[in-house]
Amino acid sequence: MPADTSVTAPASIAVPPAQSALTEPAWVRILLIGGALLFLALFLLLPLVAVFAEALRRGLGAYWAALTEPDAVAAIELTLIVAAISVPANLLFGVAASWCVAKFDFRGKNLLITLIDLPFSVSPVISGLIYVLLFGMNGLFGTYLRDMGVQIIFAVPGLVLATIFVTFPFVARELIPLMQEQGSDEEEAALVLGASGWQTFWRVTIPNIKWGLLYGVLLCNARAMGEFGAVSVVSGHIRGETNTMPLHVEILYNEYNFVAAFAVASLLAMLALVTLVVKTALEWRFGDELAASRH
Amino acid sequence: MVAAADSDGPLAGKGRAVTVRAPVAHFRKPSVLPGFGLTLGFTLSYLSIIVLVPLAALIVRSSGLGWSGFWSAVTTPRVLAAFEVSFGLSFAAALTNAVFGFLVAWVLVRYDFPGKRLVDALVDLPFALPTAVAGIALSALYAPNGWLGKPLNELLGLKVAFTPLGIAIALTFIGLPFVVRTVQPILQDLPPEEEEAAASLGASRLQTFGSVILPAILPALVTGFALSFARGVGEYGSVIFIAGNMPGLTEILPLLIVIKLEQYDYAGAAAVGTAMLGVSFVMLLILNLLQQWMRSRHAR
Repeated sequence: MPADTSVTAPASIAVPPAQSALTEPAWVRILLIGGALLFLALFLLLPLVAVFAEALRRGLGAYWAALTEPDAVAAIELTLIVAAISVPANLLFGVAASWCVAKFDFRGKNLLITLIDLPFSVSPVISGLIYVLLFGMNGLFGTYLRDMGVQIIFAVPGLVLATIFVTFPFVARELIPLMQEQGSDEEEAALVLGASGWQTFWRVTIPNIKWGLLYGVLLCNARAMGEFGAVSVVSGHIRGETNTMPLHVEILYNEYNFVAAFAVASLLAMLALVTLVVKTALEWRFGDELAASRH
Repeated sequence: MVAAADSDGPLAGKGRAVTVRAPVAHFRKPSVLPGFGLTLGFTLSYLSIIVLVPLAALIVRSSGLGWSGFWSAVTTPRVLAAFEVSFGLSFAAALTNAVFGFLVAWVLVRYDFPGKRLVDALVDLPFALPTAVAGIALSALYAPNGWLGKPLNELLGLKVAFTPLGIAIALTFIGLPFVVRTVQPILQDLPPEEEEAAASLGASRLQTFGSVILPAILPALVTGFALSFARGVGEYGSVIFIAGNMPGLTEILPLLIVIKLEQYDYAGAAAVGTAMLGVSFVMLLILNLLQQWMRSRHAR
């Protein structure tokens, strides 16, 4: 497939005059391109520009002050901690799940794949709600946890659980199609030649999937750091303690502290931009080794 | 990995000789690769702990109300109004995205213009930008004194922020990439021969579009619409800032769940959550069937 697209794409982009029966008149093309660009500029670009414009409205000094204020620093730290736990957890799961789904044939495999994708079709708010129903004060394990002195909801473990749930499929969904397409011939060859299972995994499988792995982790991390709905439900919004960056943005905004809200938001927007740049670079450079960019 | 695909032939003889596929009704087909038990065990445990058990708790909690309790919890006027707001506006936004997403995909695949790759990358922005950031940015843009809100209000008398229109705009922002990214690959792989045949048989460009291109794209377009719609129904972060959140008018379902939780009405929140999942599930099922029907009609 990838070879296919790289051949057809340039042909369909350039429009020689001889093919005029297969394309539109120039004025229609210009009108359509203009319409599409105007729509994208209004709906996608303008909000992005607004974030930075509002953040810098009172100058760099106010911007910097908003970012170095103790509650903001605590929010940044907490966001990093939550991502540092949930991303590796889902990375480990993604690799294990794709190994067992892509390398073996067993009954119920399609059901398993569907279940792995399930968190994507659940509203973020429901993703938080389910943990409150389990571990919250009136939840199923609520009284038990209170007697044990363990707090999950309105504390860091709840934030981590909710974040793991919403970012659950990212790595697995990138790796499964990639490993299925690659097959297991190379691994079988390594094993027949006397390599152990772990040697085969580290020296044959990992090099084959490394860019796909990075791609999945990148998207997983972006969502983990930016998640709002799910963590909002389990956080309890305790300033300096259970506020991640997106939640801190909400609090500041609701307090009409717009410059500070947009300053913290601009950090998240920069994270999104870096993610997009690295993602696009991976697609251009290693498109053949990614499942996501294969059609 | 073209190399891996190419090596399929020569290696298949040597490697596969070991794995003789016996015609047995085993749970899994035999393989020389190790680690099945370990990875499947880990996958199932992790999946159960993180996803299945908590989702089951949602069902258990709302079933604790009993059927009549569940029904009366999800049919209060406030909940019904939120259903209407969430599903109605998600539908409108998904429809907008079907039109403009198709336009963007078409322009990206068929035409050449400066900065095309940059525009292509920008389409994924709503996936990458945290929803709360999108929410406050849209809210600032469309507020009565915002860059877009002020001219819209002064010139057209149109109020966007804190009205249903604002919610629809936020949902359009969130759902756009779903349509573009579903339609784009199909449009790219469309064989040019059919269009050539249509043109050589004397069809105008518009006729070719209507009876050759559109039927081939329609299933993908419906999928993109469905994904955008489903995402809109569940969306929270980008909506609540611009919505105004007036009960009955601009209050979305996810927000209602949050409000019920804040009032410690766990069973009520669970009931609304379950109903929301149920309705989205049924709608996606219908759209899936519709899509299958279209595919079979197109293939005929």
